[in-house]
Amino acid sequence: MRDGDVVALEGFTHLIPFAAGHEIIRQRRRNLTLIRMTPDLIYDQMIGAGCAAKLQFSWGGNPGVGSLYRLRDAVEKGWPRPLAIVEHAHAGMAAAYAAGAAHLPFGVLRGYTGTDLVKLGNVRFIECPFTGEKLAAVPAIRPDVTVIHAQKADRKGNVLMWGVVGVQKEAVMAARRSVVTVEEIVDDLNAPPNSVVLPSWVVGAVCPVKGGAFPSYAQGYYQRNNAFYKAWDTIARERESFQAWMERHVMGTATFEDFQRSLGLQYTGDVQHA
Amino acid sequence: MPDATFTADEMMTIAAARRLPNGAVCFVGIGLPSAAANVARLTHAPEVVLIYESGPIGCRPTVLPLSIGDGELSETADAVVSIPEMFSYWLQGGRIDVGFLGAAQIDRYANINTTVIGDYEKPSVRLPGAGGAPEIATSSKEVLITLRQTARAFVEKLDFVTSLGHVTGGDSRAKLNLPGQGPLAVITDLGILTPDPVTRELTLTSVHPGVTVDKVVKSTGWPLKVAAEVATTPPPTATELQVLRELNERTARAHAEQA
Repeated sequence: MRDGDVVALEGFTHLIPFAAGHEIIRQRRRNLTLIRMTPDLIYDQMIGAGCAAKLQFSWGGNPGVGSLYRLRDAVEKGWPRPLAIVEHAHAGMAAAYAAGAAHLPFGVLRGYTGTDLVKLGNVRFIECPFTGEKLAAVPAIRPDVTVIHAQKADRKGNVLMWGVVGVQKEAVMAARRSVVTVEEIVDDLNAPPNSVVLPSWVVGAVCPVKGGAFPSYAQGYYQRNNAFYKAWDTIARERESFQAWMERHVMGTATFEDFQRSLGLQYTGDVQHA
Repeated sequence: MPDATFTADEMMTIAAARRLPNGAVCFVGIGLPSAAANVARLTHAPEVVLIYESGPIGCRPTVLPLSIGDGELSETADAVVSIPEMFSYWLQGGRIDVGFLGAAQIDRYANINTTVIGDYEKPSVRLPGAGGAPEIATSSKEVLITLRQTARAFVEKLDFVTSLGHVTGGDSRAKLNLPGQGPLAVITDLGILTPDPVTRELTLTSVHPGVTVDKVVKSTGWPLKVAAEVATTPPPTATELQVLRELNERTARAHAEQA
């Protein structure tokens, strides 16, 4: 990852690459364009830490809890730096990722009609050449780097994931470079036919990080830590409490295991429950 | 006087649950709609198919999910699909009977704002944004909306139109050739509003037990249209209340355990 890159850390509530996000913060990457359908806590942390100049998204909240206060502070008050936003609906972002994976210039969908989202200039309308129907078009997403977290890889680097798989496959195939963190590296994936497998040659690098999706979850390994998502509401509400937390738990730790232990929590890498 | 045996929020969730027909395929928003949809499933609508935008289809969660993609949803689902598939094949493909939405702001034609309060460039409150709502609102055959009723939420003019209801009333929605027919009801903690058959303006047609029409009018930011005869919503049955309370208790316990 380089300063100024267009970066997607994808994960739709499940398998969110928190460990990778923390490392980006520790390396003090700057001027990133962050892309993600559902920027949640890890993007709140990256934005509050000053990594991002721009955000493309379709829903930016703490699901079931409320606001992302660091995202709001950046948009409403320009702190710690102004954040440009490119805003979509989920259907548009999904079409844009699928177009990116296909290396097509745009995605097409039946959507956005009549909404003020159209006025933001991120969508245009085209006419179907066969039926004349008016359809929405969104520019393809092509990240410089996509980072995702998955359950398993084998020693060759083939990656297996299951459960809520979001747009991770599309985000990897749309990207110029990609990194996949995984719960474990195994001899044999034992993947049933039609499960989501990314063959090693479409993946740039695989890195084992046990528990690396905490406080989101990895199905088959550990559950979503909903209590942490609720606690984040208080931590992130004020700049001072956010900075103190980041300094102690992210900047002040070297690994994701250290980070979790600094919270007084059992390391999710130790937990093996379905 | 409000009945002390149930709260306004419980009445809202149960009234919203009753609107979901058994067997319907329902695209469920997180929060209030998710609670209502699951109460429906656990009472009168055991065959309802609950779909969450994260990908799970046919969910039977034991506890309410906090997020739209908790493991509880995929583990209890008939199938889990990717996000591009969900929004293209299932939602835009016209397979959803009822879209069940919440809202931050709503206007008299049931258009919804979940994007910003204030000016877009300089918002006083930056809300989470659109998510799946714009296409749920247009592609579902019908839409139900549930939110708490206050004059701050029920506004004369939306700061931002995120998702369409009946647009500017009359035949304005029909002229857009949208696949679905739009909102059929807005269920609040005070009563039920339904669109007028001709003007499509939201009209108060039912108040919950103990709530006066005047109270609903005062909790609405525009001069609320009131039906000639306003019904009183039947109070929650013992079964409905028990199902909702047990669901909430299980949920609170599960979410606290994960600390």
